[in-house]
Amino acid sequence: MTPIAPWYLRPLAAVTAILFAVLIGGMLIIASGANPLAAYWQIVVGSLSPASLSDTLNWATPLVGMTLAAAIPLRGGMVNLGGDGQMVIGGLVGALVPIYLPGLPGPLAALLSLIAAALAGGLYAALAAWGQTRHNIPMLISSLLMSYPAVGITSYIVRFPLRDTATGLPQSEMIPEAARLLTLSGALNLGVLIMAAIGVLAVYIDRTTVAGYELRMRGSNLRFAAYGGVRLPRQAILTMFTSGAIAGTVGAIVVLGSQFRFIDGALLSPAYTWSGLMAALLANGEPLGAIAAGLFFAALQTGGFAMQRETSVPRVLTMVLQSVVILFLAMRHGIARRAT
Amino acid sequence: MSGLLTPFIMQSAVQAITPLLLAALAGVLCGRVGVFNMALEGQMLVGAFAAIAGSYFLHSALGGIAAAILAAVIFSLILAYGATLFRGDPVVICIGMNLLASGLTAYLLRVLFGVSGTFGDPGIVGLGKIRIPLIRDIPILGWGFWSQTALTWVAIGLVGLVSLVLYQTPLGLRLRGVGEQPDAAETLGVDVQRYRIVTVLIGGALAGLAGAQLSLGVVSVFAEDMSAGRGWIAVVAVMLGRNNPLYAAAACVLFGFADALSVHLQSRGLPNQLTDMAPYLVTLAALAISHRKRNTKETRHA
Repeated sequence: MTPIAPWYLRPLAAVTAILFAVLIGGMLIIASGANPLAAYWQIVVGSLSPASLSDTLNWATPLVGMTLAAAIPLRGGMVNLGGDGQMVIGGLVGALVPIYLPGLPGPLAALLSLIAAALAGGLYAALAAWGQTRHNIPMLISSLLMSYPAVGITSYIVRFPLRDTATGLPQSEMIPEAARLLTLSGALNLGVLIMAAIGVLAVYIDRTTVAGYELRMRGSNLRFAAYGGVRLPRQAILTMFTSGAIAGTVGAIVVLGSQFRFIDGALLSPAYTWSGLMAALLANGEPLGAIAAGLFFAALQTGGFAMQRETSVPRVLTMVLQSVVILFLAMRHGIARRAT
Repeated sequence: MSGLLTPFIMQSAVQAITPLLLAALAGVLCGRVGVFNMALEGQMLVGAFAAIAGSYFLHSALGGIAAAILAAVIFSLILAYGATLFRGDPVVICIGMNLLASGLTAYLLRVLFGVSGTFGDPGIVGLGKIRIPLIRDIPILGWGFWSQTALTWVAIGLVGLVSLVLYQTPLGLRLRGVGEQPDAAETLGVDVQRYRIVTVLIGGALAGLAGAQLSLGVVSVFAEDMSAGRGWIAVVAVMLGRNNPLYAAAACVLFGFADALSVHLQSRGLPNQLTDMAPYLVTLAALAISHRKRNTKETRHA
């Protein structure tokens, strides 16, 4: 039997994988004719210097949110690939509630919008889980495929029936000022605190509650969990609901806090879902580690903007770095297992 | 229904089926040897990019195809060795590969061609259409096939070849053994790991061809993330076909028609945000229906 690995093994492996990625990324930068040290230095300065720290945190809010949305099912051995769909549904619902319920006082409208977004995203994700538990439709694929109609419908809605006729762009009308999330300082708004609260809650539930224990049990041994009395179908649906609800909340936070309207494509182009999934994989679904990985990726991407500006190395390089980290980690896992 | 089988729809259906078919064959081969390949999307994307780059720099469509195969095979080394020698989780590896493909092609697009979004150039030689005027007027099938790229014919030939190899040759028996009973195959002297590695690489070549058809087969441009979910649809075709090339091909035909239908509806003035959903809705429905059926069969057994 495999002995229990010491606690530092996974972080150590993650750091090794990151070093490998930095090395490969460096070669790609050299191939493009730029100086890798200068490029990497810009990433560090552009993300961690006092002036850019608030940008990093602002970028981290949706990214860490999508990290948690991916990490929670992963903890139980499930994969939610449909974060994009759940996020845009949340974003659209989150925008429409304050726009079309204008009589409500601002903070109440914002609260209602967040709740509605969480419900909508959660139900959409739960539908994929229900398909798996009730009809045996593999959630791994169905959750992903369900994103396409969700993206299509939200895109259609803001392009045609509910388009902002004043601008003519594919976007909804503006959200009334009173319903927007409170600005804290600079780019930061209340959303970062909401996300921090969700993060704390996720770690707390994972570490101290029965539900968290049962989910971890499912992740390490499905049959043992069933034998121990965990109602697996119910657990799958609730877990996916939670995951989708967080994704939906992310959509609403971006809409209520930064964009003030639902803009077609704006939630998807930063690829929060995929970065979040990779951060969650990096920590194997453990919430605290996933949050740390999500923050790291957010810093990497925010620094990427500075790198692109200062050294003309395309910032999409950061996406390459992230995927190389995951690939190396997936391999190392195997080597370690083979050695035991 | 017969009103829908117009020459236009038939031609766009066959066009849409070609890359799906090639990618699904790649998935079938991998599935047969017990490697669940979810990286088709990324492999196709790498192939599509390399095809454009190859055609642009070598000034020939054949050069583009060669580049697509080569690049996709090299890219597939990650899955081939990752899922065997390094014993990584194929799901994690494939997710990583899809993102790597998306990031890497976008990066190279900027570095090599200095553009973002899409790249097209008069220097790119597209795949010529093989025109067969003889069959042009044959209703339905003739409409679909009279003017398609060579890759369409390659894809159809490969469906036959793969079925033949899998079910009629000793090699096929060994391949199926590697997937179904790896321990037994190992005992009989089959090098399971080597079979898996080589098969995944051959699958990579097929997915690369699928990518070449995407970028060089129709308008000769590369667009970021231009595989646009087709690799996932091919994965579903593999699942529906239960790793049987003929069944998977049938599923591809269904999805290809759904794609053609969406093009048709768009030409009728429906917004493309809605029509683009058609292939995915059909895919989801097919996934649901096939698994439901399997479900009831199981309950009947019990």
